[in-house]
Amino acid sequence: MSAAPHALRVQTAGAPSSPAVGATKRPHVTIRGLSKRFDKAVIYDNFDLDIPRGELISVFGPNGCGKSTLINMIAGLIAPDAGQILFDGMLLSEIKFGYVFQNYREALFPWLRAFDNIAYPLKMMQVAPAERRARTEKLVAHLGVKIDLNLYPYHMSGGQQQLVSIMRALIVEPEILFLDEPFSALDYEMTLFMREQLQRIFMETGTTTVLVSHDLEEAVFLADRVLLLSRHPARVADFTPVKAARPRTDATLSDPEFVLTKAHCLDVFQREVRRA
Amino acid sequence: MNTEKFKPFLPIVGVAGLLGVWSVVTWQQWVDPVLLPSPVLTFKALWQGMDGGVLGFDFVKTVYRTAAATLIAAVIAIPLGIVLGSSENLYRSLEFVIDFFRSTPASAMFPLFLILFGVGDETKISVAAFGAVLVILFNVAYGVMNARKTRLLAAKVMGASRLRVLFDVMLLESLPQTFVGLRNGVSLALVIIVVAEMFIGSQDGLGHSVFEAQQLFEMPRMYAAIFAAGVLGYGLNLLFLVIERRFVHWSGK
Repeated sequence: MSAAPHALRVQTAGAPSSPAVGATKRPHVTIRGLSKRFDKAVIYDNFDLDIPRGELISVFGPNGCGKSTLINMIAGLIAPDAGQILFDGMLLSEIKFGYVFQNYREALFPWLRAFDNIAYPLKMMQVAPAERRARTEKLVAHLGVKIDLNLYPYHMSGGQQQLVSIMRALIVEPEILFLDEPFSALDYEMTLFMREQLQRIFMETGTTTVLVSHDLEEAVFLADRVLLLSRHPARVADFTPVKAARPRTDATLSDPEFVLTKAHCLDVFQREVRRA
Repeated sequence: MNTEKFKPFLPIVGVAGLLGVWSVVTWQQWVDPVLLPSPVLTFKALWQGMDGGVLGFDFVKTVYRTAAATLIAAVIAIPLGIVLGSSENLYRSLEFVIDFFRSTPASAMFPLFLILFGVGDETKISVAAFGAVLVILFNVAYGVMNARKTRLLAAKVMGASRLRVLFDVMLLESLPQTFVGLRNGVSLALVIIVVAEMFIGSQDGLGHSVFEAQQLFEMPRMYAAIFAAGVLGYGLNLLFLVIERRFVHWSGK
């Protein structure tokens, strides 16, 4: 387990891709010189990162290192103090993206039925009602979701509500999907079920996905690569690839290679936690 | 014994108890019957008054004035509350003024409004509207200000403009609190209207009815008018609760 094949490349700002043909995938998101401070705490200082296309990236790191801050800056919820984030060379305002909040109860609109919650982003894109309906029905059928979407969110279980949130993020056919600790408010049984759902959705759509997780097993289980951050100011401690084939199942959890990858991530994490 | 079955009937216990004590007190003549007539006499007066009598006319008058005052207050306070609530700085600038007048007894404004509007219905309705406006305004503004941050962010992430966020999220988020304001507002409006009907040159209304019956020492009629006012207050509150449950189905969930 070496940290060598990670996707972080030292590049100058404004040159999002190397001309390598075929060998490496063009990075989807390029982050250059990102800086952010809250009061006196420097969370990011001249931070660079490439996020590869079509992969599921888990972000993991010590408490308060800025995991959520990172995806919130990428998704435009928090303005960075300095730096540039480009998506295929384009700005956030030029692309379609989805964001799933941890707190589904507050993120969904309780005055809309689940179906209309899912279709809401299309309304913002000025899609006609008939087409909104058709596209929502198509997504539901595509994902094979078996929930009564005529219910209001408050009549649904936590997992169902979060599934509705994820579908709401997917309805715009996003180029990139962000999830901020999406399952941490769910009970364990539901969490396992939702991991499976998310993996299935990822395999179906192949959308570049950035997932913040506070559970190492979950981070490794779901990811193509685990982004391990140091204490703030955050650096990339490691960008560990996870090789296990999909669909990953309960058996994957005890697969020797998976166990090794997880142990490696834990090692890096412990090293970063102890570095005071 | 299965106590669950009796639960729906529990509220009746208090009513039956009150009527029982009242009956015994008047039957045993523990209180001067002139001061406290029997329940039978009182409800007879209530029935006769409401069934095509003067009390019914007064009741309708009070309903009209309270409804008019609440409607005017809502039409002014709801849009204003949304504007104030959507800009925290604006609300903070006006907070003291709103709180000050909200704390001022509206009845202290009677003389001023008498000068402004004379002794007609306008005075009663406008004083009541004045009281209700501030209560509703305060609640609407807080409802808008306390809109869940995550929900606003979610709308923003989905590409909603500021105006869209205001109408699609803030407005709906504030509805439960708006209804709290409307219920408090209508209760306050009724209190002010009834007081106004008693003292400021009124010819009708429940307040006038209570006051006149007291002056003429027609005690059953006075109690009947008091009950009518109670029924009205309870009914208005219930009406707003039913409307809220129908249209703000997510309230408290």
